Amino acid sequence: MKFLKEIHDKQHKALFAKGKPLEKLYPLFEAHDTFLLTPDEVTKGASHVRDGLDLKRMMFTVVIALMPCMLMAMYNTGFQAFTAIEAGALPLNDWQTSFYHFLGWDYDSSSWFGCILFGAIYYLPIYLVTMAVGGMIEGLFAVVRGHEITEGFLVSGALFPLILPATTPLWQVAMGIAFGVIVAKEIFGGVGMNFLNPALAGRAFLFFAYPAQLSGDKVWIAADTTVDGATGATLLGIGALEGMEGILASGFTWMDAFIGTVPGSIGETSVVLCIFGAIVLIVTGVGSWRTMAGCLAGSLVMALILDGVGSDTNPMFDIPFYWHWVLGGFAFAAVFMATDPVSSAFTDKGKLIYGFFIGVLGILIRVINPAYPEGWMLAILFMNMVAPLIDHYIVKANIKRRELRYAEK
Amino acid sequence: MAVLGKEERKVLFDPLFNNNPIALQVLGICSALAVTTQMDKSFIMCIALTAVCGLSSLSVSIIRNYIPSSIRIIVQMCIIASFVIVADQVLQAFAFEISKSLSVFVGLIITNCIVMGRAEGYAMQNPPWASFLDGIGNGLGYSIILMGTALVRELFGAGKIFGHVIFKTVNEGGWYNPNGLMLLAPGAFFIIGFMIWGIRTFKPDQVEMEG
Repeated sequence: MKFLKEIHDKQHKALFAKGKPLEKLYPLFEAHDTFLLTPDEVTKGASHVRDGLDLKRMMFTVVIALMPCMLMAMYNTGFQAFTAIEAGALPLNDWQTSFYHFLGWDYDSSSWFGCILFGAIYYLPIYLVTMAVGGMIEGLFAVVRGHEITEGFLVSGALFPLILPATTPLWQVAMGIAFGVIVAKEIFGGVGMNFLNPALAGRAFLFFAYPAQLSGDKVWIAADTTVDGATGATLLGIGALEGMEGILASGFTWMDAFIGTVPGSIGETSVVLCIFGAIVLIVTGVGSWRTMAGCLAGSLVMALILDGVGSDTNPMFDIPFYWHWVLGGFAFAAVFMATDPVSSAFTDKGKLIYGFFIGVLGILIRVINPAYPEGWMLAILFMNMVAPLIDHYIVKANIKRRELRYAEK
Repeated sequence: MAVLGKEERKVLFDPLFNNNPIALQVLGICSALAVTTQMDKSFIMCIALTAVCGLSSLSVSIIRNYIPSSIRIIVQMCIIASFVIVADQVLQAFAFEISKSLSVFVGLIITNCIVMGRAEGYAMQNPPWASFLDGIGNGLGYSIILMGTALVRELFGAGKIFGHVIFKTVNEGGWYNPNGLMLLAPGAFFIIGFMIWGIRTFKPDQVEMEG
């Protein structure tokens, strides 16, 4: 290890330092150096105390909090596909399924290893494409603009595959993450300057550009569910057509939705693992409990209101709040998407308000707008835009309050 | 003797890149979003706007010394509106299909900020020939951005250029999976944004100061 490090440090002096031939590529070297080894640079001038919690550790905490969701993503992708195949659907005719078949395993939903292997064959390529394309763009901008590559992308790159359907074509994955990184992040100056969540912006791009692959009843399960007797609809899709009765008749229980063995985007089905992630984020202080609590409260209020109003034509009105919480991407969105420290509100009160309106808007879009079966992506992107405004008024109000207090004396 | 002197050439060609009405002044965005889903549609729109812009600047400039300053906007408006009506009638007579698909947007040239802006900002102070060239030049600047946007939108949104199939789409048995976002108005917004980014990368003097 020490030997490697010495070689590395020598290279720094010989090639990448200011005035040396590869000076331009220093951001790439630096990323590699700080990621794998320890940089040999120390603070120049008077030393200062710094918190051990830097951007790197913060981002890694999020990735650790996400790990269970990633594992569940693989298992559930396989489990859903095999359950559908056992119910009469046909295996897909793509290279992933062929490869699984080639390895000699059966489509057996009771074999957890088979499920994970099958899911991994779908999930890992999406993850790798995301990392490769996003990382390349990030590196390119870092070199051209002369800033350093930060770990921010590790999180965006981990989140993005989890909110896509398992059957998303890989070239679309590449386009989505490219759009997210360039338009939502680099245009505004890179990590820390983005006012939109890059992963969600990328998904929104795909959702509007290629609706056939990102929504509907055929994309969520990695099996051909167009044959008679099979269904590929998510619980929300069923709910939009037939309401609560349809969901109860579908054979999935509330517990299934809570644990996450239901069809949906790759990694967002499991509420219990999102709660685990939430605990990790809150205990380490990386994610804001205020934002999450706000989401919970907002969705509760809106769900109760809609439940109370009722509707004769839209069966979604009748879904009670405890079902809303386990359906679709609510838990994942509230825990991992809304809490993004860059694009959310900064002030404590602001975070509560920001989270509350994400909850309200998400349920509103989900229930009332028939064009969008799920609302969290749009709700969070919308509130991302409003977050600076919320902060502005919170700060203004604080200044005013203190001015008044001063005036009284 | 050249037809165009140095000054006139500057008036005519500056609006193409150096002082583009859409990319630098950010005017006329709404029609740029609305009519650019197909190239033939935006081509007709560009001709109509360039003609109206040139002719109205010419007319305003000819009578500029007789327009009372207190009612000058109304007078300019009347002149522009007259030309727009003529343009609309000509389109309805000779290109009815296109005119129908452009619907209200030909009529809305009246409110296009570029036409009004040139009449008020240039033609009121300058002689007719220069004003005419300025109007045409700005119309061409508008056209460049519009045709560029329409090219990207039609090619990637429908796989076609001027209605001719370039990429055969999946629905018609080809290989190309069209990008639905390109056909939505926000798609044009992104494309124009990228164009502005490109132009300003090559002409850094157009970048606005921060703060």
